[in-house]
Amino acid sequence: MIDADMTNTDKVILETRDLTKHYGGVHALEGADFVLHQGEHVAIMGDNGAGKSTFVRQITGVEQPTRGEIIFDGAPVQFVGPLEARRAGIEAVFQTLALADHLNVADNLFLGREKTKWDWLGPFRFLDYKRMHKETVAALEKTGVKIPNIHNTIQNMSGGQRQCVAIARTASFHSKLTIMDEPTAALGVQETEQVENIVRTLKEQNEPLILVSHNMRQVMDLVDRIVVFRRGRIVANLDRDQTDGQDVVAYITGAKTQPEYDIDGAA
Amino acid sequence: MAEATHGTGGLKYDHSKRKRPQEFNVLIALVLIVATFEILGQVLPYMEGQSLLFDTGDRFDTIFNEARLRIIILQVAIVGIIALGVTQVIITGGIDLSSGSVVGFTAMVAMSFAQVAEVNGMANPRAIFLDQGWVNLPVVVPVAVGLCVGVFAGLINGSLIAYTGIPPFIATLGMMVSARGAASWWTRGQPVSFPTEGYAAIGAGMMPVVWFLLLAVLFHIVMRYTVYGKHTYAIGSNIDAARMSGINVKRHLTLVYSIAGMLAAVAAIVLSAKNLTAQAGMGIMYELDAIAMAVIGGVSLQGGRGSIIGTVLGALIFGVIISGFTYLKLDAYYQEMVKGAIIVGAVVLDQWRQRRNADRV
Ligand SMILES: Nc1ncnc2c1ncn2[C@@H]1O[C@H](COP(=O)(O)OP(=O)(O)OP(=O)(O)O)[C@@H](O)[C@H]1O
Ligand SMILES: [Mg+2]
Repeated sequence: MIDADMTNTDKVILETRDLTKHYGGVHALEGADFVLHQGEHVAIMGDNGAGKSTFVRQITGVEQPTRGEIIFDGAPVQFVGPLEARRAGIEAVFQTLALADHLNVADNLFLGREKTKWDWLGPFRFLDYKRMHKETVAALEKTGVKIPNIHNTIQNMSGGQRQCVAIARTASFHSKLTIMDEPTAALGVQETEQVENIVRTLKEQNEPLILVSHNMRQVMDLVDRIVVFRRGRIVANLDRDQTDGQDVVAYITGAKTQPEYDIDGAA
Repeated sequence: MAEATHGTGGLKYDHSKRKRPQEFNVLIALVLIVATFEILGQVLPYMEGQSLLFDTGDRFDTIFNEARLRIIILQVAIVGIIALGVTQVIITGGIDLSSGSVVGFTAMVAMSFAQVAEVNGMANPRAIFLDQGWVNLPVVVPVAVGLCVGVFAGLINGSLIAYTGIPPFIATLGMMVSARGAASWWTRGQPVSFPTEGYAAIGAGMMPVVWFLLLAVLFHIVMRYTVYGKHTYAIGSNIDAARMSGINVKRHLTLVYSIAGMLAAVAAIVLSAKNLTAQAGMGIMYELDAIAMAVIGGVSLQGGRGSIIGTVLGALIFGVIISGFTYLKLDAYYQEMVKGAIIVGAVVLDQWRQRRNADRV
């Protein structure tokens, strides 16, 4: 079911049809139809356990859906793992971080895609530390992330700083689709602002984003559209300019359901 | 480098107050251990004021006791070569228990391609391939064969660990037993002796030390400045992050264990060339000595931490302690017991360090 009032005629970057995930008897995700266009920033909101992370895990290949279709960049996909999704161009920051503790910021930022010289040496090609350092500083300065010494290993950094590194890493990939699952949940006021700056940079570069967040102000500030999940189902698809915080909360809590999603009165 | 480039977002960073590198602590430990032996030499009555590393006043060439220094570095050089490979394996979070046995098997095989046809005008009584005419071969043949054997053993270790998910401890324990068996099987237990002059030259005099230092420099560069090194650390630090970053973890692990096998083979070639003979029992327990050197040098058994420089210093500490015990005229039994205690102590120290680090996050 594709949105009737969706006026954006841009290219569809991601579409899911009847995406469903059951964990044994738990229906964590049920029949999710979702569309994302090129350059569009969409927020996913919903209570704890509503199925937001589950949805993200199906798209990013972390898990395989029970049922349903995922169409990414014009072709149906079935990722067997997160690496395959990343190779296809889906970059994700998960609620649990994936950084190498004993490496420093630049090493983590460039892990797996190092700048190198003397490439004829194959696996023993040399790292271009100078260039990676310069690009790291540039990337971090652009986002305003505060780190006292980028030569320090990640393990000595605060949770917020680590989160910022993970997000800066994601944002600097120039992927086809970026997904952030509660990127600012553990962050202070300033760090949250930095992450939001990164999101704005992505918007300027016309890169599409799915943002899972509980932060109403942030969502209203940043995104074009809000999709509300409740008990594993999508219950609303709201244009940011035609809704407000109270309206969204009503959908989250179940006081309201958009008629086109009220299939079997599950609300 | 200007201080401003260390941080971002306008945060100040005091470069002069940065933490000492781990290797520096190992160096201090080395100095302290030497000092302890020197003091014991002065204090213990039966030592009659002898010194461990310095001349006792009867010679005037230099202040050092070159003879003992030479013994110390020669003693650690060959196991040190193995430790260079073991270091890389441990940094990935693995372990290699097979290196000692790989030394035994490789020495047997390499030596049997390095034999001369005649000894004192008679046919070489130990020649393995006399009938085939594989005697007096140029030195590249036994070296190449030996390296292949080592790489092959490492390749089996690595693929077992990477592709079947067998824990490194078990996979390399299997190789430890099998390679030792193969070493005996190769000549049905007979020693292999009388190598060509070219082969013997590989291990003559101080050559083992030269090989050790050359390889240490090479792998220091590799671990510090190449993609291979970075990925080795990344895998040991967080294997999921490494996988998610697109590193081919399986292929990389196979490569690391193969290189460890190759370095064990180098040690085998140098050792058999030095001794002019190879026996099936060669290299017994070397794997533990090599692991000890790495761990003493600050390589963490939990992976992700350590360096080649640390391991070289660890090897020196190891050599000083063993020589120091001989110098104090202690029984070999005590040496073994204390060696065990040192290994355990180094691991305990490492875990304590890791926990302290974890608490700060
Ligand atoms: N591996 C699993 N096995 C069984 N049940 C699971 C599993 N993962 C998630 N669930 C269940 O699926 C439901 C949806 O979980 P999900 O993590 O998607 O919630 P969420 O919307 O991301 O919540 P939050 O806002 O707290 O992150 C929950 O009821 C959860 O308990
Ligand atoms: Mg979640």
